[in-house]
Amino acid sequence: MSFEGLPQGSGAKEKSFKESLYLWEVLRGLGVTLRHLVRNIFHTGEMPTMQYPEEKRVYSDRFRGRHRLTKREDGSPRCVACQMCSTVCPADCITIVAAEHPDVEIEKYPDSFEIDLLRCVYCGLCEEACPCDAIRMDTGIYEIAADSREKFVVDKDFLLNNTTDGTR
Amino acid sequence: MTIVWESLAKIGFMFALIMGMVVVLIWMERKGAAYIQDRTGPNRAAILGIRLAGLVHPVADVFKLLFKEDITPDGRHRALYNLAPWLVMTIALSTYAVVPFGDFLTVAGRQVPLVVADLDVGLLFILAIASLGTYGVVMAGWAANNKFTFLGGVRATAQMISYEINMGLALMGLILVFASLRITDITAGQADLLWGWLPKWGVVVQPLGFILFLVSVFAETNRNPFDLPEGESEIVAGYHLEYSSMKFALFFMAEYAHMVIGAALIATLYFGGYQIPWLPRPALEAHAGTLLTVKLVAVALVSLLIALLFMRRVQREKGKFGDARDREPVLGMGLWLVVAVAAAGALLLKPWAIGPAGASVFASLAQVGAFLVKLVFFAWLFIWVRWTLPRFRYDQLMRLGWKVMLPLGLANLVVTALVVALV
Repeated sequence: MSFEGLPQGSGAKEKSFKESLYLWEVLRGLGVTLRHLVRNIFHTGEMPTMQYPEEKRVYSDRFRGRHRLTKREDGSPRCVACQMCSTVCPADCITIVAAEHPDVEIEKYPDSFEIDLLRCVYCGLCEEACPCDAIRMDTGIYEIAADSREKFVVDKDFLLNNTTDGTR
Repeated sequence: MTIVWESLAKIGFMFALIMGMVVVLIWMERKGAAYIQDRTGPNRAAILGIRLAGLVHPVADVFKLLFKEDITPDGRHRALYNLAPWLVMTIALSTYAVVPFGDFLTVAGRQVPLVVADLDVGLLFILAIASLGTYGVVMAGWAANNKFTFLGGVRATAQMISYEINMGLALMGLILVFASLRITDITAGQADLLWGWLPKWGVVVQPLGFILFLVSVFAETNRNPFDLPEGESEIVAGYHLEYSSMKFALFFMAEYAHMVIGAALIATLYFGGYQIPWLPRPALEAHAGTLLTVKLVAVALVSLLIALLFMRRVQREKGKFGDARDREPVLGMGLWLVVAVAAAGALLLKPWAIGPAGASVFASLAQVGAFLVKLVFFAWLFIWVRWTLPRFRYDQLMRLGWKVMLPLGLANLVVTALVVALV
């Protein structure tokens, strides 16, 4: 088979007679799979499979997991509702409703702070944009599951108590 | 009346054998595939914490499929849509009628041939029934009113037509050599030795015919590398795309039943069926005592070895899971120790002094065992090949069928005919 215009030698290399019979090559292929099979039967423990719920992969400290909102010393959110994160968010998943803070130094606080975890692309731009270190993705939580779409929209209370060890 | 009961018993045995093999093959497929690909495979489903290395999974699958909602497409042809899975399954099962799984068994002084129906046109029956199976596939593909299922059905038809011819041609050579269409005759003919040392198996007298037949059987069973009717990367799931629940399970089981019949045919026609090489039936009966003793000792030793392997696991994996799964190696060790003790205990019954009636039964059972060993090996071959070879492209399939295998089959037939005529 040859196509005009294609560079020579771009396709499969010329087959020798033995290769063109295929049978020998098929047998060699069967040998390869048999080798794997036998090795794995006698060395089951050496397989790279991870028994997931029991064993978990250790991720780097810089792994971007589920978001959390950090707190001031008095327990109130550090967030000043400046909208930087929701502006920079490429997935448009952060919704902040600002309210006036009694302390004039702080000016604003988030009345509600919602993240749609289904829309989030875990890029980490919100962390970088935040001027107050109020939002972080250092929880290391990657097992994010729920049985309805609504439950993936997490609110301020959830995010404030979303601790590193996975407890809420 | 006796013959009716005999036939029912044989049919029951065959049905149980096939259904049991289907479960075992599903397990072999999943576990074998996993091990070939360096994965652990199914290891979760458990009964009281005992996982049996994944053997519980087929059972769990059956329960899941039984209770699943049966979703049916709107524009289907109701009758054909419902008929297709049953047709596929029934045809897959009925081929077994002519496959002998043993020579004969002496029951109460009567010699019972171990084959459900000893047709004198057994091979024709197999060819006819095997190609009927494609009707179910085509029916399913057309009745579901879906482009992909339709394409799967069309592919199955073209593939069947191409490879049925090659299968027939390959079998023609065999018919010439053994001069019979009756499968029991062909199997009996393979008990002889060529030049006094080589078993006269079909694969020895018809090597090229065997390769052609093997490839055709793979194509007939729609197994990889010939599973184009399913072709999930191109036409989603092919002909059974619109089936769910137990109807899908029937297609699934029929595929495995086809594999078992394919393996049974390869073993029967080309590997001597129930014949044990170099040990024909008279020799088996004459040396039954010695053979039985050797067999019992071997079983005892092998199960002791397996029990020791389990013991190593018991020591190494103590408290590995911290739940019921830790009991598995202990139970495995216990089970194999019981087998070893039973085999050793049977030696006390003086098996070397077995009587002629016992010798006859032993010979029959040994031959059934030989057939089962061959059956399992060739069933495993189907799985092994599936996880080794990629799927053919459709033009490659057709080229192989018509431009390679058909001329080879014809040449094989001509040469065989000449040799048979001259010798």
